[in-house]
Amino acid sequence: MTAEIMKDIKKKIYEHKIYDRVFSLIGVILTFMVLMVLFVLLIDLMRNGVPRLSVSFFTSYPSRFANRAGILSAWVGTILVMTVTAIAAVPIGVAAGIYLEEYARKNWITNLIEINITNLAGVPSIIYGLMALGIFVYQLELGQSILTAGLTLSLLILPIVIVSTREALRTIPIGIREAAQAAGATKWQVVKDHLVPYSAGGVFTGIIIALSRAIGETAPLLTIGALTFIAFLPDSPFMGEFPYISFDWLLSPFTVMPIQMFNWVSRPQIDFHKNAAAAGCVLIFMSIGMNALAMYLRYKYRKKIQW
Amino acid sequence: MNKAEVKKLSFYYSSVQALKDISLPIEEKKVTAVIGPSGCGKSTLLRCFNRMHDLYPGNRYDGEILLHPDSINLVGAHIDPIEIRMRIGMVFQKPNPFPKSIYENVVYGLKVRGIKKKRLIDEKCEKSLRDAALWEEVKDRLHKPAFNLSGGQQQRLCIARALATEPEILLFDEPTSALDPIATARVEELIEELKEKVTIVIVTHNMQQAARISDSTAFLYMGELIEFGKTKQLFTNPREKKTEDYITGRFG
Amino acid sequence: MILFLAAFSSIAITAGIIGILLYESLQFFKVVSLVDFLTDRKWTPLFADAHYGIMSLASGTLVTSIVALVLALPVGTIIAIYLSEYAPYRMREILKPLIELLGAIPTVIYGYFALLFVTPLLQFFLPHLSTFNMLSAGLVMGVMIIPYVSSLSEDAMRGVPMHIREASYAMGATRFQTALGAVMPSAFSGISSAYILAFSRAIGETMVVAIAAGMQPNFTIDPREPAATITAYIVQVSLGDLPHGTIGYQTIFAAGLMLFSMTFLFNLMGHFLKKRFRKVY
Repeated sequence: MTAEIMKDIKKKIYEHKIYDRVFSLIGVILTFMVLMVLFVLLIDLMRNGVPRLSVSFFTSYPSRFANRAGILSAWVGTILVMTVTAIAAVPIGVAAGIYLEEYARKNWITNLIEINITNLAGVPSIIYGLMALGIFVYQLELGQSILTAGLTLSLLILPIVIVSTREALRTIPIGIREAAQAAGATKWQVVKDHLVPYSAGGVFTGIIIALSRAIGETAPLLTIGALTFIAFLPDSPFMGEFPYISFDWLLSPFTVMPIQMFNWVSRPQIDFHKNAAAAGCVLIFMSIGMNALAMYLRYKYRKKIQW
Repeated sequence: MNKAEVKKLSFYYSSVQALKDISLPIEEKKVTAVIGPSGCGKSTLLRCFNRMHDLYPGNRYDGEILLHPDSINLVGAHIDPIEIRMRIGMVFQKPNPFPKSIYENVVYGLKVRGIKKKRLIDEKCEKSLRDAALWEEVKDRLHKPAFNLSGGQQQRLCIARALATEPEILLFDEPTSALDPIATARVEELIEELKEKVTIVIVTHNMQQAARISDSTAFLYMGELIEFGKTKQLFTNPREKKTEDYITGRFG
Repeated sequence: MILFLAAFSSIAITAGIIGILLYESLQFFKVVSLVDFLTDRKWTPLFADAHYGIMSLASGTLVTSIVALVLALPVGTIIAIYLSEYAPYRMREILKPLIELLGAIPTVIYGYFALLFVTPLLQFFLPHLSTFNMLSAGLVMGVMIIPYVSSLSEDAMRGVPMHIREASYAMGATRFQTALGAVMPSAFSGISSAYILAFSRAIGETMVVAIAAGMQPNFTIDPREPAATITAYIVQVSLGDLPHGTIGYQTIFAAGLMLFSMTFLFNLMGHFLKKRFRKVY
């Protein structure tokens, strides 16, 4: 190779390396700018919201007066709705995940189900709200209740639960299944005694992630007609006399944290904006807390089980 | 005439020494084979020539590989690996075409060099495909995806891709280990034709292959060069006991 | 059998969605012709002089989505390349979950941020910007979508086997050339599904636009103006108390059908793209 060409190539390499450096720099800058936005968002929210946080904020109902308003009905509503969501979504989602991963034969139905689950994950949440409005509220006449809200959100997170169950099952080596079956276990025994316990960590993580998504959902609940102003609590599930447990609360009207926040944001008065920020702080604490828990669990289970 | 000389080369994966004090000449326009049992460091040695080890952190070279005529030290700390890789081509164990068209695969190296003249690129593309004995098979579907080719064709495509930039040395890292016997024979034929044009270093675990196509052979064992010599001499009349054991199949 | 029913429930959900949207929309289209729906430039279903031109809502959806994607796709992709090809292992392990946190923040909080932080900030540079505007909503939505793009694309790029990269480096390519010329084409199917998910997110996003872009239907392509999106309209109607079975009630299903078709088409397209370009290394 002549010196002339070599010189040319060296020049080209020099140029390319500059592009390389510039790109690397852009990458760092953008990554940190995005994190910066996250940081600014959190700071802004806390700066406005934290001064409003007090015991009475948690124990008061919403009010026409910003400084007297609180989130009692909202956080109680959130907990109740999440309970219904979890009770409805977890068994169905886990069962579906087990079926698809362990039992399903490759045919057009399973294929359709798989495509369908992927597609459902891309359906906007407000569409679920419309469906719930049409079916739960009016066809099944469940009304604009906690039950409707919980079921709506459970449909929304069902694909997430199914997918994470399947992923958790997939990490279990095929050898475990063969060993158990070789010992004479039926398919169901393999699932019950081995696969479910071994995948529990992964499934649990997936459920928490799914619920953390449901907790922040606003649009589908607004669509089914959740009220934004609720100054009472649902009936208590516990009663002093027989049968001691009541399910009346399921059909009670409700509000939840994100709806309460939305309501306050959309008012023009600055004082209500402060309330919104405070509610936002609580909400973000809940959802980031759940995500952190999931991350921790994933880390813990990954360490504990070594195949 | 030597195209390159390995001089007292040692190589370390962080603290593990993988090559110990290796010295051997690489003759110009000849085929040099490197053989040895798996884990002996033969691929490690090959990957020193184009500084592939620089892609991963913690690796260290000692000694030198001089590339003639300008006697530049390939593993020198101040030598830019990118410059080295532009002068030395490599063909890998598994065919690894890019998920692009046949044409784009062949001209990838030219694009990397920033060459933009379409005429020149087209010419080089045809020439390297001819040199890789692939032209007749693909000339009508240059713009079809490379993944549609058979394994043997893909490997010859990778050879064409390496040839397009006219490298001074072409490195082959067990190029036929993923191929069937017929495709292997074609690649071997090709290597024998190519040595008219370019200096070749080939790593192989297949002793017959080394015996068939190479001019000189180096036998590596546990990171050390046990014996280096003319292929014929090394296979018929090895000087070292270990070499004899290996080529007669007593271990490996 | 029970397990199969559980798996089948996902099909039932889709059937339920499509069924109810079609059923209510059919009632709607008995009154309003499809041509009017698609060509009328006004959307005033609750006025005495009712117009049902979905385009003035779709334009809002499109403008906010485009603003969001113009921000999220390049930024998300660059971050993905940086994390996958440049960042040292430890840094990536820290940065990736941090960026994913952005995706875990409830959307209503992004709405708050858009209306009460970003809009005032933008008004500093664009003094005539109205309080409700599509620019601010779109930008914030973009930030919200970045983690979807960056995380999924990064997963796809990291799934590209090392020997593809080595082939490129062996030709003397820089990291940048390798990322662009070898890694991205190999990760094409994963990156494109990330983009498609981002698109579905953007057009389906509700709270950010409902809070920050305003609720006035407005047939415009100027992102500085306020405009209602399809989703914001649905929220607006839901906040009121429209009786079941009226045309006003049916409009939200017609709007929903429009939205669903848009995302469904895109998802389906993504599915086939993925199938066609899936590579066996």
